[in-house]
Amino acid sequence: MHSFGYRANALLTFSITILALMCAMASLSDNFNSPTPSAQVQVLNINWFQKQPNGNDEVSMTLNISADLQSLFTWNTKQVFVFLAAEYETPKNSLNQISLWDGIIPSKEHAKFWIHTSNKYRFIDQGSNLRGKEYNLTMHWHVMPKTGKMSADKIVMPGYRLPVEYR
Amino acid sequence: MVTQPYLSFELQEPNTFSVSKKKESRTIPNPTNAHTTMGWVADTLHSVNSIQLRELFNHFITLGLIVTSALVIWKALICVSGCQSPVVVVISPSMEPGFGRGDILFLHMSKDPIRAGDIVVYNIDGKDIPIVHRVIEVRERQNTEEAYILTKGDNNPSDDRVMYNPGQKWLQEHHIMGRAVGFLPYVGWVTIIMTDIPVLKYILIGALGLLVLTMKE
Repeated sequence: MHSFGYRANALLTFSITILALMCAMASLSDNFNSPTPSAQVQVLNINWFQKQPNGNDEVSMTLNISADLQSLFTWNTKQVFVFLAAEYETPKNSLNQISLWDGIIPSKEHAKFWIHTSNKYRFIDQGSNLRGKEYNLTMHWHVMPKTGKMSADKIVMPGYRLPVEYR
Repeated sequence: MVTQPYLSFELQEPNTFSVSKKKESRTIPNPTNAHTTMGWVADTLHSVNSIQLRELFNHFITLGLIVTSALVIWKALICVSGCQSPVVVVISPSMEPGFGRGDILFLHMSKDPIRAGDIVVYNIDGKDIPIVHRVIEVRERQNTEEAYILTKGDNNPSDDRVMYNPGQKWLQEHHIMGRAVGFLPYVGWVTIIMTDIPVLKYILIGALGLLVLTMKE
């Protein structure tokens, strides 16, 4: 009954149960956090805007991104992945969602930032629909926990418009 | 204060017991002597045999119960998550520092459309190793609502087109096996070590089986 194997088994089971319980509680405690993040994006310049030889429009722009994501961080947050996506509708596609810039925020100290950058990924349309196109810039974030449930949310910033002529 | 009466009760108990036991032991041998010695040996042998057989069956049933309940839990997870493999282990560093080698991801396959930012597990046609990466671009067709998806690992310098089949530019819905919703660090190392050193797996399974079979009630 009280052999070595029996005790080792009991100890192992107990410690794994406690560990699982602690992980679950850490994950559940995230629900008590109600974040209030903010973000602003300015399109400072359209660097160039042209039609590729294959007929697709491509645009390069300079962006000024500032955000305060400090309230997303809890004690169970490993990192926050943040990215800015351009979203628009064309006659061909009901949704075009293109990531323009992304970054990894490792800690709360780095969660209030501003960055001056040109788009990291290419902004190319499937077709030639970008002249004068109205689009949304959406700031998405993805909270990666130390353990447990992952969560994501976004701020949609509507009302951006591309130039009417290529340049 | 409370323990005192309990102690005095225990001291009394063995005395009365030993007296009654002595009386019993004197009376019992008489009827057994009436039987032949051969019959007595066969009787004991039979009873010992039946006990061992019963215990052996008991152990096998316990073992079967453990295996089947593990299977039931796994199948239930498949039903709830809607994925063929609801739990995956990360083996490559392409999503560092979010997910490292040995971390476990829980997948879910919902009806919600896939959007940029989602972490998806996909399987390229003709390749058997599923990949966990983030969606960075989505094109959804106007009338068919077919989605064309491009992925990239957070830690990779470029997108995944180089990993797709030659000529393949997009992932489509049938490539996607699930979406990562939960995360558990380090636990997957057990699986990684056991796949790297297969002998260890057999030793572990053998030892566990032996433990269950030789376990005393």
